[in-house]
Amino acid sequence: MQGYIIRRVLALIPTLIFASLIVFIAIRLMPGNVIDLMLSQNDLSAAKQSREQLEAALGLDTPIYIQYFKWISALLFEGSLGKSLWTNTPVMEEILYRLPITFELGMLALIASLIVGIPIGVYAAVKQDTVGDYILRSFSILALAVPGFWVGTLVMVFPAIWWGWSPPVKFVPASEHLWSNFLQLLIPALILGTAFSAITMRLTRTLMLEVMRQDYVRTAKAKGLSTTTIVMRHALRNALIPVITLVGLQAGALIGGAVILEQIFVIPGMGLLLLEAVNSRDYPTITGVFFVFGVAIVFINLLVDLSYGFLDPKVRSR
Amino acid sequence: MSKPLLQVRNLTTRFGDGLGAITAVNNISFNVDVGETLAIVGESGSGKSVTALSIMQLLPDPPGRIMAGEIVFDGTDLAKLKEEEMRTIRGNQISMIFQEPMTSLNPSLTIGLQIAEPINLHKKLPWQKAYDKAEELLNRVRMPDARSRLSAHPYQFSGGMRQRIMIAMALACQPRLIIADEPTTALDVTVQAQVLELLKELTRETGTALILITHDLGVVARYADRVCVMYGGKIIETASALDLYARPMHPYTRGLMASIPRLDEPAGRRLVPIKGQPPNLSQLPVGCSFNPRCSEVVDRCRHDTPELMKFDDKHLHACWVAPHV
Repeated sequence: MQGYIIRRVLALIPTLIFASLIVFIAIRLMPGNVIDLMLSQNDLSAAKQSREQLEAALGLDTPIYIQYFKWISALLFEGSLGKSLWTNTPVMEEILYRLPITFELGMLALIASLIVGIPIGVYAAVKQDTVGDYILRSFSILALAVPGFWVGTLVMVFPAIWWGWSPPVKFVPASEHLWSNFLQLLIPALILGTAFSAITMRLTRTLMLEVMRQDYVRTAKAKGLSTTTIVMRHALRNALIPVITLVGLQAGALIGGAVILEQIFVIPGMGLLLLEAVNSRDYPTITGVFFVFGVAIVFINLLVDLSYGFLDPKVRSR
Repeated sequence: MSKPLLQVRNLTTRFGDGLGAITAVNNISFNVDVGETLAIVGESGSGKSVTALSIMQLLPDPPGRIMAGEIVFDGTDLAKLKEEEMRTIRGNQISMIFQEPMTSLNPSLTIGLQIAEPINLHKKLPWQKAYDKAEELLNRVRMPDARSRLSAHPYQFSGGMRQRIMIAMALACQPRLIIADEPTTALDVTVQAQVLELLKELTRETGTALILITHDLGVVARYADRVCVMYGGKIIETASALDLYARPMHPYTRGLMASIPRLDEPAGRRLVPIKGQPPNLSQLPVGCSFNPRCSEVVDRCRHDTPELMKFDDKHLHACWVAPHV
């Protein structure tokens, strides 16, 4: 198992290098570069400098591969992701402040969707083709069909019109007041998790139905076990392996959803940072955020693969 | 003679309803005495397994349903029990061994847990004691190194070993009846003999009755006390194993006998297969279900359905042609 983990971590290196290359190059191909933006904003210091001087000052005058080389050596040797082109603050610092917020939002969304999705999926499978099953399945289609940004907007707008209440927009950090922070993130997390809980529910239901048809479930019945014990002890474990895979695959979607919901609920996480950076073509910040997202997704999937070991004894022995 | 342990009376089990309904088991009756081994023999689709699942009340419902009849086990009609009551009997008084050892064990649980589970459930023993018992059972099914094997998972065992684990599991609560549904069909021939020998020995030691479901007449001869031959959802002949071999009455039984090779007969004898196909249960022929394949068919067989008739007190068959009282 230890050898397996080491091999898996080593295999991440080329993936991350490749990901960083794509990120680095792709954002520089975006139309409208940062120099144009700075000059057009009529910034005093920018106006006085010639275009070349500005490029030189921002380090954008060298060929792109040299820029990349500088960027990656700074990352490897100094742990630095460069400085923002606009504010001149270190990108790493900004990300380290915002990452926990997005992480918290994503985890809350994930946990909420699993807490909702798995039990409902199991229930729908055990009560297959009953009224309850139909209602839950229809509901899951609805949850899948409704986009998060739309629900988010509704939640912002309608309570304000009806009851004069809207979700708090002044962000409270967890270090300041844990409970208000939790409450504040809960609503966007629930909205973010809605679609994922629907997918989880449907997958869990399908897998449970499949597992409940297996011979070993019949063996368990022949032992006189109750349905609850059969589901909890014999079936769920085997049904959950693909659900865990889904968590890994959905990590990207969760992050993407977080970017939008942070915007709606004014949560100063990675998403809001990214959006501002993209609008101002702040290359180091965009690269930094994407790179950290890439690392996060890669590691989530590594964790997913490792967690198979806990569920599937065959994987453990390898 | 004492009362039989299990009395199946006029059991009829049907799958589906309406026009597509299939009567998998059609009005069958048989007894199993305490400590006896009864073999139920027949080809695929003859209703053997459905009979077993009906006794266990484990039919997939829907589509399978017991339409009529009683299954009296130790004075209780299992067909009338509520699901919760039936659960106290399954794995406890009656346990079952299934055909597929490769898929009948849960791949993600240790075999120790799987054997200890019914003990913990029915005998209300704490897990630690149930595991001790499981170790004892593994020793009894001659699993080498039982203690350490408790924490192993099914994929670490061969088919024969897994079937031993299934036997240990079936014996866990000292049931009064074990139903073994083709327990060795999926195994190599050499392993088959070992597993059956073990099963026979352990049931004899503990006085457990055994219903051995098989399509293999060779198995029947060696391990069964009595035999029921099933065809098209009906029992068409029943006798003691010795008697059945000595005097098979029903043309189907005789056909089965003629189609198996034997070592004690002159070389060069050709095996005689039974002509035709097993019957389609949704369109059974009128009269005796076997009549389209029967070499001795008479006119009566084509419109009159034979029920079991006595040849003597212990030997019954459902054939108009064979001698009967």
